Amino acid sequence: MQNSKSAPLVVWILLLFWPLAAWAHVESGQAGGFASGLLHPVSGLDHVLAMVAVGLWGAQLGQPAMWLLPVAFPMMMALGGMLGLIGVPVPGIEIGIAVSGIVLGALILGQMKMPTPVALGIVAFFAIFHGHAHGTELAAGQNAILYSLGFVIATGTLHAVGITLGLIHRWNAGRVALRCAGSLVLAGGLFFLWGALS
Amino acid sequence: MNLMAAIAGALILLIAYPSTAVAHLVTTGLGPFYDGALHLLLSPEDLLGLVAAVALAGLQGAKAGRIAVIALAAAWFIFSFVGLNMAIGFDFPWLSIFSIIILGALVAVNPTLPPAVAALLAGLYGALHGLLNGSALAAMDSGLLSIVGVSATVLIIGLLCSALIVSLKAAWARIAIRVAGSWIAAVGMLMLGWMVRGSG
Repeated sequence: MQNSKSAPLVVWILLLFWPLAAWAHVESGQAGGFASGLLHPVSGLDHVLAMVAVGLWGAQLGQPAMWLLPVAFPMMMALGGMLGLIGVPVPGIEIGIAVSGIVLGALILGQMKMPTPVALGIVAFFAIFHGHAHGTELAAGQNAILYSLGFVIATGTLHAVGITLGLIHRWNAGRVALRCAGSLVLAGGLFFLWGALS
Repeated sequence: MNLMAAIAGALILLIAYPSTAVAHLVTTGLGPFYDGALHLLLSPEDLLGLVAAVALAGLQGAKAGRIAVIALAAAWFIFSFVGLNMAIGFDFPWLSIFSIIILGALVAVNPTLPPAVAALLAGLYGALHGLLNGSALAAMDSGLLSIVGVSATVLIIGLLCSALIVSLKAAWARIAIRVAGSWIAAVGMLMLGWMVRGSG
């Protein structure tokens, strides 16, 4: 009984201790700290769509892919982010991001099964585009480690949202709904591709 | 489960703590021992690798977890002492970042390691960060009690994390630790990018 009360209490304490100083100067495009890092990945719908889609597809593939995809994505995304930060060019970033939505959406829509290493390869490939885009967008930071922490936690949380939503896959109606969600991701990817090409 | 949530919440709290205090030894008003303890708690770059080192050992089992925590804290203390007294000015942030990337990636991959290897890795991390801490504390004119405070905090955090991870039996919980390892490695890679760019 006491333990069940301790978790909300810790969350409240966390909120009370939240660094208020950071809120005072968080501006769009600035790497100010944990809060701005946390907000950055959710600031673009194309990124949100792809990251949630990774979780959805993982849930659809089942274990072990459900857990391995969210392990691989942040690491490869960070690698892409690092390349972006140090100025290593990667061609067709925006197209790559849009295509990630198309491919992931199509895979969910088609309920495609494939060997886990192949699924990991696909996700890792697209993660580089997303990471690179984030890396090049970042302005000079005030606290790199807190910003990076927020950034990675937000990305992981989006995967978790996707996995949680994807758990409806265990029901027949859920499987259909999941494929419908895949079609929405696919449509979103096409929209972003149109934007990238125009 | 709720205990895990409480510990996770506490860790997030520590990580989210305002970072401006990291640049100097915070005065708690309770003496150098607690100043040293707080110095570690306000250094997320130290905490990340520390958690990764004990998580790696904890995933290998109780024996590896036990030895690694002792090796980590002992090495941290000894090399802090060396850094504090030898005035060698050891300051290689890239080495610290690489250690975070390697340990985080190892947790994510979760290879089967003999307890001695897990302890060696934890000891190496402790030695590296002890040296970094000791050198930093020497520059702040801190004394022996500060490094005792730092090392005691390393031991306590190490014990708590290791005990928690060793106790995890459910597959999903162990995978959650591996996911956390991948996040630590990812943070390390981004840190490397910031450092190379020169704005981190």
